Amino acid sequence: MSEPLTKTGNPPPSAPAAPPSAAPSGGPAPAGSGRGRLHRRLRRLLPAAGALILLALPFYAEAFWLRAGLFAMAAAIGAIGLNLLTGSTGQLSLGHSFFLAVGAYGYCLFAGDPDGTTTGWGLPPLLAMVLAVALAGVAGGLFSPIAGRLRGAYLGIATLALIFIGQHVLFNAKDLTGGFNGRPVPVLEFLGLSFDNEKTLVAGVPFTAVEKLWYLGLVLLAAGALFAVGVLKSRPGRAMNAIRDHRIAAGVMGIPVARYRGAVFVLSSMYAGLAGVLLALVFQRTVPGYFGISLALTYLAMIVIGGLGSVGGAVLGAAFVTLIPQILTRYSESLPLISAPGTGGVAPGEASELLYGAAVVAAVLFLPGGLVRLPLVLRMRRQARRRTKTS
Amino acid sequence: MTVFSELLIIGVSLGSVYALIALGFVIIFKSTEVVNFAHASLLLAGGYAAVQAREHMPFWLALLAGVVAAALLGVALEFLVIRRYRGRDHSVLAIVTIGLDIVLLTELARQIGPDIFSYRDPWGSRLIELGSLTIPQTRVAALITAAALIGIFLLAFRFTSWGVSMRAAAEHRETAALMGIRLGWVSASAWAVAGALAAVAALFLSVFPTTGLDRDTGLVALKAFPAAIIGGLDSTTGALVGGLVVGITEAMATGYQNDLSFLGSGIGELAPYLVMVLVLLARPAGLFGTRELSRV
Repeated sequence: MSEPLTKTGNPPPSAPAAPPSAAPSGGPAPAGSGRGRLHRRLRRLLPAAGALILLALPFYAEAFWLRAGLFAMAAAIGAIGLNLLTGSTGQLSLGHSFFLAVGAYGYCLFAGDPDGTTTGWGLPPLLAMVLAVALAGVAGGLFSPIAGRLRGAYLGIATLALIFIGQHVLFNAKDLTGGFNGRPVPVLEFLGLSFDNEKTLVAGVPFTAVEKLWYLGLVLLAAGALFAVGVLKSRPGRAMNAIRDHRIAAGVMGIPVARYRGAVFVLSSMYAGLAGVLLALVFQRTVPGYFGISLALTYLAMIVIGGLGSVGGAVLGAAFVTLIPQILTRYSESLPLISAPGTGGVAPGEASELLYGAAVVAAVLFLPGGLVRLPLVLRMRRQARRRTKTS
Repeated sequence: MTVFSELLIIGVSLGSVYALIALGFVIIFKSTEVVNFAHASLLLAGGYAAVQAREHMPFWLALLAGVVAAALLGVALEFLVIRRYRGRDHSVLAIVTIGLDIVLLTELARQIGPDIFSYRDPWGSRLIELGSLTIPQTRVAALITAAALIGIFLLAFRFTSWGVSMRAAAEHRETAALMGIRLGWVSASAWAVAGALAAVAALFLSVFPTTGLDRDTGLVALKAFPAAIIGGLDSTTGALVGGLVVGITEAMATGYQNDLSFLGSGIGELAPYLVMVLVLLARPAGLFGTRELSRV
């Protein structure tokens, strides 16, 4: 196989890192600058308004939506990590659900009390959470001799092994994992706060586990997103993009390619571990069947649909992929073409799988930057249309 | 010793079936540089078409129908989807095939439902006695068929003009195109061959001792991935060796399960992946894969 030097004709168009400011037409329109200023001010207010809505939601939304939102947040944390690996460094991983499982079960192991069938260390839950994330990192580190040396899709197949190893351990190491039936997840408590189902009245609204966890999820997601943005915008981020775009050039410029690949793999498994802990807290019981190959494929779908290589894209994609099945299930009676499971028609679960599978294919073809680039693409198209109209 | 020989023969037979799948996988990779994660759904589609056709026609015709259907599906995927993405980053293309796989597998699983289909094949559950060995007829048939198909393929790859253009395209796409080789044909035919081989593999994965074709048969194709990786993704010889390694490992690990009980149940399923990890640790490009050399 002759390698990249011959392929200089086509720079990878997947690179979503193309600076958005490259389009000079994207600036404020010279005419009607008043409207432009209003627009800009609105755009600055938008994130604040979004944050406010997210903070207020537990007071108004019912538990079903909060739970769905929590799944989306956990998925978003995992997807951010996977996007660092796949989107920014160009390394495919099909083993992400393994690290989710390590996080979830690690938390149960560290925080749980021994109950005769399963072992537990009974550590303080917050410490257990940190340790679980570290454990996922260690697991990623153990795989890094392979993760550092293989690239792209090769690594994808190699990580399949992790899924099967994970499933095998989850079903067989019964005193650690509880086997087929899984094990209960200990309640998170720290500084006198307890994320249990005990009803606490906050401003007249009874808060149960979902409402409390909602805020925990927001904090974790915000922290995770900020950290990822920091990584991407600084030296390591540039190095990662260089490895993705041209491995050899990156090596020549002095980037230790294998070490970086290994390190990103570890980082992304720690993100997955954190997502696993949050998922476990929401589920309140971990079962091995959940952490199979289809979960790993779902995470890949999230980052492709949302936008490869961008933190916002991972969050958007995670919201899209996790909320769609919930919405379809919830409104399956009133939606056309969808019927209840077992009646021969398209069940909500199947419909959502078809939908996001097709969305993956379509996103790469029509919207290479993912959902996160959609506003930009639309704006540019609108401006192009306006220009053709005036000229 | 008898047990060992029986397991060895079963392993080789199973391995030759995996080699069929892995071979298709490798051909697609060589000719289009796409790692095709949709291979599982090609296999299941071929199998499903065959068992559906079996309702109306004799066994061999039904098998042929399955093979043709899978080949057509492969060509359709190549033409409708993969061709639109030419020039994109390869790991993104791999994700596109994952998207395809999700769609196809979901739809096929919906069609198949909880049913288990039988090929009603001519071998049934009969056994062959060779001295002290007892082996299912289906395993022998699988071995012979797979060996014949692989032989035909390798000869074609070596001597026909199709094989030459295939190898030329794999060697250097642009030069091959300049020499008048139609890359579109090359990659479409690669997908067709891969689909056809997968459909034959589907037959032997769902006859005795397996119960039949169900919605999870496609998952078995996942074992062809370690086979292809063990051998080296860009080597046809590697696909054969990798297939055999995976088949024998699986048969041995399953056969001697009782002696390996400290590793937990179901170790046979896991063993191929463990072998893959070990091989990758020693040789990141696989046993026969081209080691990457880049001149700067």
